[in-house]
Amino acid sequence: MNFGFNEEQELLRSTARKFFDNECASEIVRKLMDGPEGMTPDLWKKIAEQGWTGLIFPDEHGGMGLGFVDLVVLMEEMGRAVVPGPFFSTVLLGGLAIREAGTDAQKKAWLPKISSGDARATLAWMEPSAELGARGITLQATAKGGGFTLNGTKLFVQDAHTADVIVVAARTGSGQSPQEGISLFLVPKGTPGMSVTLLPTMDQTRKLCEVGLKDVVLGAEALMGQAGSGWTPLARVIDRATVALCAEMCGGAQKVLEMTVEYAKIRQAFGRPIGSYQGVKHKAADMLVDVENSKSITYYAAWAMDEGVPEGPLAVSMAKAYVSDAYRRVAGAGIQLHGGIGFTWEHDLHLYFKRAKGSEFTFGDATWHRERVAQLVNL
Amino acid sequence: MDFALTPEQTSFRDEVRSWLAKNLPKDWSDRMRVGSDVPRPEVYDFLRGWQRKMYDAGFMGLTWPKDYGGRGLTFMEEMILQEQIALAKAPPVLNILAIGMAGPTIIAYGTEEQKRRYPAKMLSCEEIWCQGYSEPNSGSDLASLQTRAEKVGDHYVVNGQKVWTSIAHEADWMMLLARTDPKADKHKGITYFLLDMHSPGVIVKPLRQLTGDAEFNEVYFDNVKVPEANILGGLNNGWAVGMTTLMYERLALGFGLQVRLRIALDGLVDLAKRSKKNGAPATQDATVRQKLAQLWIDTEVFKCTGARAVTKLLKGELPGPEASAGKMMWVEGHQRLQELAMELQGPYSQLGRGSQWAVDGGVWQYSYLRSRANSIEGGTTEIQKNIIGERVLGLPKG
Repeated sequence: MNFGFNEEQELLRSTARKFFDNECASEIVRKLMDGPEGMTPDLWKKIAEQGWTGLIFPDEHGGMGLGFVDLVVLMEEMGRAVVPGPFFSTVLLGGLAIREAGTDAQKKAWLPKISSGDARATLAWMEPSAELGARGITLQATAKGGGFTLNGTKLFVQDAHTADVIVVAARTGSGQSPQEGISLFLVPKGTPGMSVTLLPTMDQTRKLCEVGLKDVVLGAEALMGQAGSGWTPLARVIDRATVALCAEMCGGAQKVLEMTVEYAKIRQAFGRPIGSYQGVKHKAADMLVDVENSKSITYYAAWAMDEGVPEGPLAVSMAKAYVSDAYRRVAGAGIQLHGGIGFTWEHDLHLYFKRAKGSEFTFGDATWHRERVAQLVNL
Repeated sequence: MDFALTPEQTSFRDEVRSWLAKNLPKDWSDRMRVGSDVPRPEVYDFLRGWQRKMYDAGFMGLTWPKDYGGRGLTFMEEMILQEQIALAKAPPVLNILAIGMAGPTIIAYGTEEQKRRYPAKMLSCEEIWCQGYSEPNSGSDLASLQTRAEKVGDHYVVNGQKVWTSIAHEADWMMLLARTDPKADKHKGITYFLLDMHSPGVIVKPLRQLTGDAEFNEVYFDNVKVPEANILGGLNNGWAVGMTTLMYERLALGFGLQVRLRIALDGLVDLAKRSKKNGAPATQDATVRQKLAQLWIDTEVFKCTGARAVTKLLKGELPGPEASAGKMMWVEGHQRLQELAMELQGPYSQLGRGSQWAVDGGVWQYSYLRSRANSIEGGTTEIQKNIIGERVLGLPKG
């Protein structure tokens, strides 16, 4: 057993740490989050040049062919820097969906471009009902003349406004269970009948969109895999994206802890550093426990994804339940221990606090995942 | 990162598993089923025999050197063993203070003679150990301890009092911290002694706990003679030696506590399945499901954090102050677990042993009450948070 990272992974961490310190310091993050895209072409190009947009894609499609344990390292560093932009949506949502569900032709068409940074992708699966399960997918795809016509609305779609292609989950039929009859489609940008509206978000570093599909006509080549059997790969994508999100949250929580401890060492009150008071010290200790435990369960979940062990989904839900609560607590405590300065726009803490809240409700909050754990362990 | 076992580790796991299946006393698993996870005085004799059996089978002291009665294996095997113990719900180790604290400390600081004399008899349970740290006026501020040891000829004479001394009434030996230089700085005048509990002048008075049991004691020393050869780690070096003990304690806790939490959780889930809420099994109640799932998650998270610590140990790093986090987490989880056991019983939680109406014969009432000590024994939660704050995060002392 080895519950640690290898040398290459440690190297990836230090490279990424340096990269984001240089290229995505908080003044850059603030500029990016103010714009509609959350990214500049220049920074996107630099990220791609590191090979990170292709990290989890196979060599044959221009990627690095690495696993989720490797990815976790990068995501922690991205979360630490609250990197805005379409990395998550392109790699973990759209790109991963194509890897998991796409035909050979679709993979060949899109994965090399995603790996090289020349294309951006995303995944549209949730709808205004905000249901996370298969039942939430109601957008209709009607078979017509060898192709399909899509009608409906998708919500909470990350970076749809900048995506070159959107993977859309739709219903092509119904079966005994809600999982049956779901199909995935590749819908390129500018397809007639598809409208994308950028929504104002509390976490400005994460761009969310509404995607409307009105009589969108797609050819048979847009269908990913077999009609009606899209739920299985979709669930795999969501589980894996959830692990990546947990890692990002761990990185953010770690940074909040560090900022808070540094501040508690220098900020004086009643003639001594506030960190010497137990009221502050004990809260910081609680934060450390939250951060370390978050990492432990996230690393375990990442390993479970790479190995494909049967308890994988359980590991994912345990991680998301734990980390959702932990990051929210840590970010809140960070603000509290900073006092008034922590509540200002100028201080970076709010970037983490908002990211924590947004991430909490992405792919299911702690309550949702605890129920899933209860089901998976047969309670 | 790799959680898979090697072929050797797999065969060790199978060996442990089949031994436990063959040797586990049947009536014990019935008692453990309901989650009472702290041994009560009435089962001490049974536990002594059980530990001896484990020792004879080669399952005690896995990580201790062969020369001193151990097996010379790694923490990996220890972890495998503990996991199997949890799965089989096997009885706990009675001589836990010896195995978790005294033994590793003697192996780290002892003279060759001491290392050959003591550890093996700890493993076989021939000699039970207790811990003489806390005093009536020195708990969390341990370095303020007042028990004195004065040199007279080739031995020391000990006078003073220890308190909350678990299992002292059964113990043959004590890890004793006593002041040998009253003029020195409070951390610098303390010496660590190995004290024979059968020495004249050692008086043990059982102390009744709020559970009603007398699991711990007051220990008085009235001119107790201790040979100079029983100093561990050098004169006036007791603080460093004692702190090592505590780090090993928290490390042992990392293994042992995780196992106990899993056993208690399995008992709780079983209780929940048998309990009714609004006419249906309590496990169908949304709130109960949330609470159970959170405990399940916390137990697994605790295990993973422990496994990360083991990885560090396997790479040769010493147990550090991080172990405090594990202790803290276990305490919070276990107390919450016992609270939920009460909640599941509702009004029945008021009934204890002796009532035909009591759930599971009233064992939960005992473990619920006993769990209140968890956040005090082995360093209070407040002290653990100070340790994390100061020694892990580097915050200034108050």
